[in-house]
Amino acid sequence: MFGFIIRRTLLVIPTFLAIAFLTFVAIRLVPGDPIEVRTGERGISAARLAEFRHELGLDQPVWKQFLDYLWQIGHGDLGTSISTHAPVLQEFLTLFPATIELALCAMIFAVVLGIPAGVIAATRRGTFIDYSVMGVALTGFSMPIFWWGLLLILLFSVQLDLTPVSGRIDLLYYFDPVTGFMLIDSLLSGQDGAFLSALSHLILPTIVLGTIPLATIARMTRSTMLEVLGEDYVRTARAKGLSPFRVVGIHALRNALIPVVTVIGLQVGTLMAGAVLTEYIFSWPGIGTWLIESIQRRDYPVLQGGILLISGIVILINILVDVLYGVLNPRIRHGR
Amino acid sequence: MALLEINDLSVDFDTASGLFRAVDGVSLSVDAGEILAIVGESGSGKSVAMLAVMGLLPWSATVTAKRLAFDGRDLLTLTPRERRKLVGKDMAMIFQEPMSSLNPCFTVGFQIGETLKVHLGLDKTARRLRTLELLAAVGIPDPERRLTAFPHQLSGGISQRVMIAMALACRPKLIIADEPTTALDVTIQAQILDLLIALQRETGTGLVLITHDMGVVAETAERVSVHYAGQKIEEQPVRALFDDPHHPYTAALLAALPERAKGRFLPSIPGTVPGQFDRPPACLFEPRCRFATDRCREKVPPRQGAIAGFALCHYPLSHGRPIGHPRPEGREVAA
Repeated sequence: MFGFIIRRTLLVIPTFLAIAFLTFVAIRLVPGDPIEVRTGERGISAARLAEFRHELGLDQPVWKQFLDYLWQIGHGDLGTSISTHAPVLQEFLTLFPATIELALCAMIFAVVLGIPAGVIAATRRGTFIDYSVMGVALTGFSMPIFWWGLLLILLFSVQLDLTPVSGRIDLLYYFDPVTGFMLIDSLLSGQDGAFLSALSHLILPTIVLGTIPLATIARMTRSTMLEVLGEDYVRTARAKGLSPFRVVGIHALRNALIPVVTVIGLQVGTLMAGAVLTEYIFSWPGIGTWLIESIQRRDYPVLQGGILLISGIVILINILVDVLYGVLNPRIRHGR
Repeated sequence: MALLEINDLSVDFDTASGLFRAVDGVSLSVDAGEILAIVGESGSGKSVAMLAVMGLLPWSATVTAKRLAFDGRDLLTLTPRERRKLVGKDMAMIFQEPMSSLNPCFTVGFQIGETLKVHLGLDKTARRLRTLELLAAVGIPDPERRLTAFPHQLSGGISQRVMIAMALACRPKLIIADEPTTALDVTIQAQILDLLIALQRETGTGLVLITHDMGVVAETAERVSVHYAGQKIEEQPVRALFDDPHHPYTAALLAALPERAKGRFLPSIPGTVPGQFDRPPACLFEPRCRFATDRCREKVPPRQGAIAGFALCHYPLSHGRPIGHPRPEGREVAA
């Protein structure tokens, strides 16, 4: 198992290089650089511009800049933000808990609803329940995040006045972050109503971000479950006189979960991409909002570093999923 | 009273192209401690009939019967919960594909122990002891080590032994073995069969052996029921069946055994088992039968008495000659 993790980690290096290169080139293809963006319409003198560019190393050929950047991150330095002059890593670590909190809630929402929905649809195949679950899942899957978010805000926040529109917690409450997770910090602060306020701020973003993974997980669970329910060993389980709950929930589900777990792992990537949009819609102060702003400011180090860090996390989670896959599937575990 | 009584059992499958009758009016009985072989080619409904007894058919199947009773209890009127208390405990089934019949995600110990836990409520230590005992009983070397093995680490023969151990776990009164040796190597087949028979003798359980191998039948069974296209077409004690088959299909099956073949060429039965769309109106074997007459095409054959092996035939054979047939020599059938 240990060797497997090492091998899997080494494979990550080329992936990282490719991601670093793509981000590096892509942001430079966008017209305008950090200095032009900051000087605005009036502009500054050509001499001053050249001076600034030289300071940031932007006057070098792109390949040279890229190699310098690689050298820099090779030494564990992700650089400093051009707009705030704070180290990228530090900004990231400050904002990341907000994103994690949102993504985690969305994932829990998707898994907790998606797997049972898929199982129910599979065991009631061809019935009204099956068609409704799958119909809702397909709709959810096809829903553009920004539109879905706005619809929910219109209904729950504007019409029904049930949930707040934006932010992580009501302005009434203030406490210093301990863990960075608002739900936990609000509990730790001991202030009345803080936790409920944090929770109510989380509901809509969670639903919006979790909808696509939910639909994917439900559909995947249904199809693998259908396949597994036709297997000989499910018949064996029934031949033992086990209850339908045990047959489906233990014998079939354990096997059906193997591909579903892989999909959940892949969904983490989707979740990060979705988080960028969702955070923007709900003014959620996380990585997504930070990245969008860095694009607008052409803050090269922030964008490059942020994307590298996010991809690192996505890759890490996928490695964890591979490990979990081995735990679920003894054939993989012993095959190595 | 027989252990298993089946009277006029029919199973219909609801397929996209209409109802398909896989089992057609089958009656059978198995006594305690008896070995009954059910013989027939693929598609003769022999497995489906037994799956119906176990209650393991998919939702698309409809089971109807005049009587379906096990150990004096009417299986048709039991609630699913009551039925699950019988299935796996008093009647158990062994399947054709041992490798895919074990759940790949759980250890051998768990899968055997589960039956013990659900039906007998044994605690962990008791389960472990009983499982070891069972594994030893089915001749698995080093049972201690196999307890934590996963199915993919076992050979086909060992997997089938595990399945047998699982079936025996709660000391059932009836074991249904659905082609238990078909998927195994020839050398292993004999071992598994011997094991099944030895365990059956030892424990005195009833055994239904579904097979298409006449050799297996001759070696093991006491009584044989021959099935064709969902119907039972003949039933006799094993010796009598081999000596004097009464249904032309049984006779043709036996004639096709290499050991019994006469002449240079191995005789075979022309044609195939009728399916959903080419079902003959009267006798189902008529298109392939060398004795078929117009009567066989028009009139559903009667069930003969015990003396003619309960054959479902207008002209049951007696020592190879059809009784009451207009041309007893029969027609030549292209082989």
